[in-house]
Amino acid sequence: MAVSVNAEAPLPGPPYVYNPELERIEIELLLEGVYRHYGFDFRSYAYASIRRRLWKRVEGEGLRSLSELQARILHDPDAMERLLLDLSVNVTSMFRDPSFYREFRELVVPMLRTYPFVRIWHAGCSTGEEVFSMAILLEEEGLYDRARLYATDINDVVLLRARQGIFPLDRMQEYTDNYIRAGGRRSFSEYYTAKYDGALFSPSLVRNVVFSQHNLATDRSFAEFHVIFCRNVLIYFDKTLQNRVHRLFYDSLVMFGVLALGGKESLKFSQYEPCYEKISQAEKLYRKVL
Amino acid sequence: MRANGVGYDVMVVGTSWGGLDAVRTLLSGLPGTFGMAVTVVQHRHKDSTHILRSLLQERTPMPVREVEDKMPIEHGCVYVAPSDYHTLIEPGHFSLSTEAPVRYSRPSIDVTFLSAADSYGHRAVGVVLTGASVDGTEGLKRISERGGMVVVQDPATAESSLMPAAAAKAVPRARVMPLEEMVRFLAMLPVAGAERDA
Ligand SMILES: C[S@@+](CC[C@H](N)C(=O)[O-])C[C@H]1O[C@@H](n2cnc3c(N)ncnc32)[C@H](O)[C@@H]1O
Repeated sequence: MAVSVNAEAPLPGPPYVYNPELERIEIELLLEGVYRHYGFDFRSYAYASIRRRLWKRVEGEGLRSLSELQARILHDPDAMERLLLDLSVNVTSMFRDPSFYREFRELVVPMLRTYPFVRIWHAGCSTGEEVFSMAILLEEEGLYDRARLYATDINDVVLLRARQGIFPLDRMQEYTDNYIRAGGRRSFSEYYTAKYDGALFSPSLVRNVVFSQHNLATDRSFAEFHVIFCRNVLIYFDKTLQNRVHRLFYDSLVMFGVLALGGKESLKFSQYEPCYEKISQAEKLYRKVL
Repeated sequence: MRANGVGYDVMVVGTSWGGLDAVRTLLSGLPGTFGMAVTVVQHRHKDSTHILRSLLQERTPMPVREVEDKMPIEHGCVYVAPSDYHTLIEPGHFSLSTEAPVRYSRPSIDVTFLSAADSYGHRAVGVVLTGASVDGTEGLKRISERGGMVVVQDPATAESSLMPAAAAKAVPRARVMPLEEMVRFLAMLPVAGAERDA
């Protein structure tokens, strides 16, 4: 099936003819080039979403085809920077899915109380909102002082922002609502002070947090954890990479440790489903049982 | 995979918040043996719950599921795009994304339609129903360009004509018809039914 699109493209040359097999070759070559030349490995990211964002960059650069984009990217580091921005999805919020945090308080916290020391990994923590939310929760449950939180992401720019703990002031209303619905026990404004257009969160919330760069696609486990959060990260990976990362999580969890996934992610479609049991009907909280 | 088989594998249906009745009418007119995988993308509030799934299940014997990441796409099932995510269609399964809203919408109808066109080509059916936005037009155009079937609710009979009117205008090949007629038409479309790997 060959249908020509982009008929009004201004550039000279033969008309662009869409061919899905050829498109896949072009995408694979481009991602291979990006990996070998720049070291960023997007080769196992979810195809439809990568394709969508690559085409956005083709348009953004005023080009016509993925092969043209490949040449541009390989020869122009600035174009690579722009592509990197297109390929990173860092959206996050504090107490994202409040019902998840409520369920965590009710079902997981009692379990954590039985441990003398608790290690928690936030894999793909982005700008840190999730980590600060968990720090607040643990503080209120009286568990913070025996907890250590490891917050990692592939992207060092977001980690830098996470360390600062300054979040947009205009989102505090939304976060306050989330905090209350998540079962917060105090007044949310106790945790931050307004600074210009940012909300600076109390640095004491991160006294037990270690931020570091970690690539889920290539790096290994670095400790044994009681809880691993990996929310809204795996959706960007293809099934092969998802299974690889699930293996990493499985190897990194203590027996009966808890794996927390995003609201629309499921272990059901991975090879590791038999190793866990669901601990909540509504939320994606799993316990390692095998 | 049959490169040139006659028939369709997936049907994507787009509508905005007011389109619940239209989607329910559409589903209740499709026989339980309808063989395509039907994906419904409806704009709604980001905190809206699983209620849409049950509202649709009331009207069809086909199983209705809310999409989760990497869920396999099976013939004869209805899938609902979850709120606050984009739903992308890959060959044989779904992927979700939390990229920025497109035209203020997440789920975006265009995102799902474009991915359906790219992954299923001429074996995709795109349906645009009543709606108060122009989301869906770009995606329907792509489905048409890839040789898929494109159907639009007659704007004159739609509760909100903006979305179907924009789609009909941008896609000359689209078959434009009132809802009842559309349901009968869709029910008769041939199904490819080729087994596909997940
Ligand atoms: C949408 S954010 C999720 C943030 C947070 N967990 C939440 O649910 O709100 C996805 C994050 O995954 C990170 N990421 C993507 N690929 C990764 C990889 N290979 N290794 C580690 N982190 C990765 C991105 O940099 C981004 O910050």
